Amino acid sequence: MSSITENTLRGENRTLGGWSLIWLGASVLVLMLHLLRDVFPVAVEYPSAFVIPFSEWISAIMTWLKVNLTWLTRSMTAILDVPLSFALKLLAKGFKFGHGLEAWTLPRLSWVGVVIVAFLAGRAAGGLKLGLLTGSCFLYVALFGKWTSSMLTLGLIAIAVPFCIVTGLFVGIWAWRKPWAERFMVSPALDLMQTMPTFAYLIPMLLLFGNSPVSAMMATAIFATPPMVRATMLGLSRIPSEISDFSEMAGCTRRQKLWQVQLPSARPTLMVGVNQVIMLALNMVIISSMIGAGGLGYDVLLALRALKVGNAMEAGLAIVAIAIALDRLSQAMAAKQARGNVHQDQQERSIFQRYPNLILAIAALVITTLLSFAVPAFAKVPPEITISTARAWKDAVTWVTINWFDVIETFRVTLILYVLNPLRAFCEGFPWAGAVFLLGLAGFQLGGWRLAVTVAVLTTFCAATGLWEKTMATVYLCGISALVACLIGIPLGLMASRSDRFERFLTPIIDTLQTMPSFCFIIPVVMLFRIGDVTAMIATVAFAVVPAIRYTNHGIRQVPPSLIEAAKVSGCTRTQTFFRVQLPVALPEIMLGINQTILMALAMIIICAMIGTRDLGQEVFIALSKADAGRGIVAGLSIAFIGIIADRLFNAWSSRTRARLG
Amino acid sequence: MARNSPAQQGNATSNGDVHRPVKLACRNVWKIFGNGAEDFISRHGGNASASDLVSANLIGAVRSCDLEVRQGEIFIIMGLSGSGKSTLVRCMSRLIEPSYGKVEFEGKDLLSISTEELIEIRRHRMGMVFQHFALLPHLSVLNNIAFPLSIQGMDRAKREARAREMIDLVGLSGREHFYPRELSGGQQQRVGIARSLSTNPEIWFLDEPFSALDPLIRREMQDELIRLQGVLKKTIVFITHDFDEAIRLADRIAIMKDGEIIQIGTPEQLVTSPATDYVAEFTRDVQRAKVMSARSLMQKPGRAKCAGTVAPDTKVSSFSAEIVSAGKPFSVVSGSGEAIGEVHPQAVIDLLAGIDRSAVNP
Ligand SMILES: Nc1ncnc2c1ncn2[C@@H]1O[C@H](COP(=O)(O)OP(=O)(O)O)[C@@H](O)[C@H]1O
Ligand SMILES: [Mg+2]
Repeated sequence: MSSITENTLRGENRTLGGWSLIWLGASVLVLMLHLLRDVFPVAVEYPSAFVIPFSEWISAIMTWLKVNLTWLTRSMTAILDVPLSFALKLLAKGFKFGHGLEAWTLPRLSWVGVVIVAFLAGRAAGGLKLGLLTGSCFLYVALFGKWTSSMLTLGLIAIAVPFCIVTGLFVGIWAWRKPWAERFMVSPALDLMQTMPTFAYLIPMLLLFGNSPVSAMMATAIFATPPMVRATMLGLSRIPSEISDFSEMAGCTRRQKLWQVQLPSARPTLMVGVNQVIMLALNMVIISSMIGAGGLGYDVLLALRALKVGNAMEAGLAIVAIAIALDRLSQAMAAKQARGNVHQDQQERSIFQRYPNLILAIAALVITTLLSFAVPAFAKVPPEITISTARAWKDAVTWVTINWFDVIETFRVTLILYVLNPLRAFCEGFPWAGAVFLLGLAGFQLGGWRLAVTVAVLTTFCAATGLWEKTMATVYLCGISALVACLIGIPLGLMASRSDRFERFLTPIIDTLQTMPSFCFIIPVVMLFRIGDVTAMIATVAFAVVPAIRYTNHGIRQVPPSLIEAAKVSGCTRTQTFFRVQLPVALPEIMLGINQTILMALAMIIICAMIGTRDLGQEVFIALSKADAGRGIVAGLSIAFIGIIADRLFNAWSSRTRARLG
Repeated sequence: MARNSPAQQGNATSNGDVHRPVKLACRNVWKIFGNGAEDFISRHGGNASASDLVSANLIGAVRSCDLEVRQGEIFIIMGLSGSGKSTLVRCMSRLIEPSYGKVEFEGKDLLSISTEELIEIRRHRMGMVFQHFALLPHLSVLNNIAFPLSIQGMDRAKREARAREMIDLVGLSGREHFYPRELSGGQQQRVGIARSLSTNPEIWFLDEPFSALDPLIRREMQDELIRLQGVLKKTIVFITHDFDEAIRLADRIAIMKDGEIIQIGTPEQLVTSPATDYVAEFTRDVQRAKVMSARSLMQKPGRAKCAGTVAPDTKVSSFSAEIVSAGKPFSVVSGSGEAIGEVHPQAVIDLLAGIDRSAVNP
């Protein structure tokens, strides 16, 4: 057995020199292809005669679906609309009855009551401090005049999230029980769903369900389900086998085993999934404002379209406030469940003693809402106490543009002229056959034939759809952004890993960056750099820098202390220990961070289509505005494939490095 | 010494008391891991050598095991880690399906019964304690102990009353509403024991129940087990990798190595006539006086005057001080009052000093 591994190891070593030669040869080959582009035009530009009309096929299917499934989509809309419009009315719109003069309304939940509930929920889950945080987040939204929009957003989330959780739970259980389903259906589907750009979800929903909150909710539900599926599978597979054995020995039926033993034991992991679902749902609800979700996302969208940066900023900050409140709240709930509760006999206490916070919350809602019949200030945030910062933001921007115009403009133009444009030209002119060859080669080196074929086929797809140039435009912008994000993030992570103080300083910042929906990153950058590639790049770097920091820090910190001690004992200096021991051992983890950074950059680049990039994102965006399903989905798939290729290659690389480290 | 009733009662059965009915039996049980394990072993007709397994790329976790656990005895399965103890005990409770062979519970083939019957047997007649406790993290002590009853559909008041009884039995009163993570290892295992006893099972499986505990706590828990067995008189299958623990608790011990049972016998039999060098290696450091009984040092009754009497199953350690200071033989008297032999002080001194005169056995 050991001799076999030894042989393969030695074999690998022998071919290592071989691989560098192969790579050299391959690069020369592709370079020649590049230079001789006029001789082999077919290999450089995908011949238009051979473009496979995927988009027409998909459009045809969608049209067929639309025509033949109207009964289904209509009835689904009707059914889903019931809870959704109830939630929206309850939180934001109020209930209207009757028509004309006889019409009367029941008011929505009073904002005062909701703020109190937010406070109570925070306090119950994480103590007074968290209560104050969540309470003031909601108060902030109210005082800055974004109450109705926020509640529209929240209403959608409130309906979409339980849907995601339940679906995710059941799919996760099924996939966990049936390994073939996990391998051949669920895992690939999850990979695709998580690399598909958010916009691409909107198109089929728009076609099937029209421009309405229901289709926004459907898109949100589909987009936000994968983490729950993953968390369920992970949680269930991590249960100690003794616990499962115990449930068998206690004589549990299959159902009792699942619901009374396994799922409760997996609860901490499941709660992590719930937190992720909430955050993704928020992100998606904002983006689906394009297909009728309304709410805060719509405010941002309108403001951006009208280039009212001040208003956009205000709405964006409200999103951030909601995001922070929801994130901290769900995290605290997860932690609290893991900690357990007080030692008291549940049975011998009254309902009131058992659920004091719940009762208080209901009371607060009922009383304030009843009061709002009499006191208008409870029904609607009175304009006198709201604060608008739009003006201030606008002034600030004006000031900056007047005083700093030269600096910013020089920076922008230089970047475009000397870095971005040449790179773009290089990428867009890259021969597709060369790319297929090089990526396939990389796949073969890192993961063998299967990976090579997967990568080559996916790359060919991007060319065969006739979208090669736009694909490469995406690769260029995503690549440069990810590179810059890594150049910033990895050193920051390294610094954080070497200094506890710096880590404490950095943690809240990256936590906040991570909670912010992708939309929000665009706004401040647009204010300074207007629209275009530079803005897209800066927003993407800000969005994608977090995993690079986080994984680097974590990777270095989790190097076993015994290794470091061993290095010290053998006389390494601090620097030597770092470069010879910590960095190599942490390398696989850092590579996973880079992988995450690339995927996040890709997601963000697509959203930046809103501010006028010319790439696959733009393609999806146009398709969305024309409701052209085929075009949008094909472009979406190309984007997803870029992500999957990068992900597979990096994962293979990372696990190879890990294997070598042992 | 704290070891009183159960061990001594146990010794009544120890020399293979064939009058007690067999509770659980394994007949040529195999468990093989790997692809096509079932095919492989039935093709070999339930008999394959270690090298056959290796060449077929299979792991023989349990190989050709035969054993009979009798009603009311503490049957210990002892072996080093990886020797297949857990796999064997999981075959005995059908947590995993053996690849070959038969498991009989009170003479009935456990492997051919339906799922419903199996659930029924596990709910009412089997209990199991786990090495890492396997407590449910989301339930309090009380609810953990009541859990097996609750899934049987017993109503709340009844099952909680029963759970409180169990809590008293294992000495955890006052901690009913603690959660598992708030308890020490020893306390957690007490919960595990209470939980497995709450259904009042007839046969009790313990898979290395004390191995995760500190030595002092382990000893305390062993005493506790001896005490409980004195009250409960269950049929116990106890797994351990610790020979001292086995000696302390066992009526009979099965020694396992590489998936095979090498020898089954009372501690005394293992010490006096180990089947292989491997067994002898284990028994070498055992304090013989604590394992061997008067019967094994007994000689034919002689002319000399006896200074006292002992029962044949009394451990030498419990009368060694008296006999040595008396300097005269003790008479060995059976239950019916008949003198069946005598023990000489010199034999006891030899035993204590570790001088091996295998001729002392009659
Ligand atoms: N599910 C399994 N798959 C493959 N091999 C296993 C499995 N379970 C146990 N084994 C192997 O069977 C042998 C016996 O394991 P186990 O019964 O757990 O030993 P013990 O409890 O005595 O430490 C070990 O070599 C182990 O690697
Ligand atoms: Mg074991």
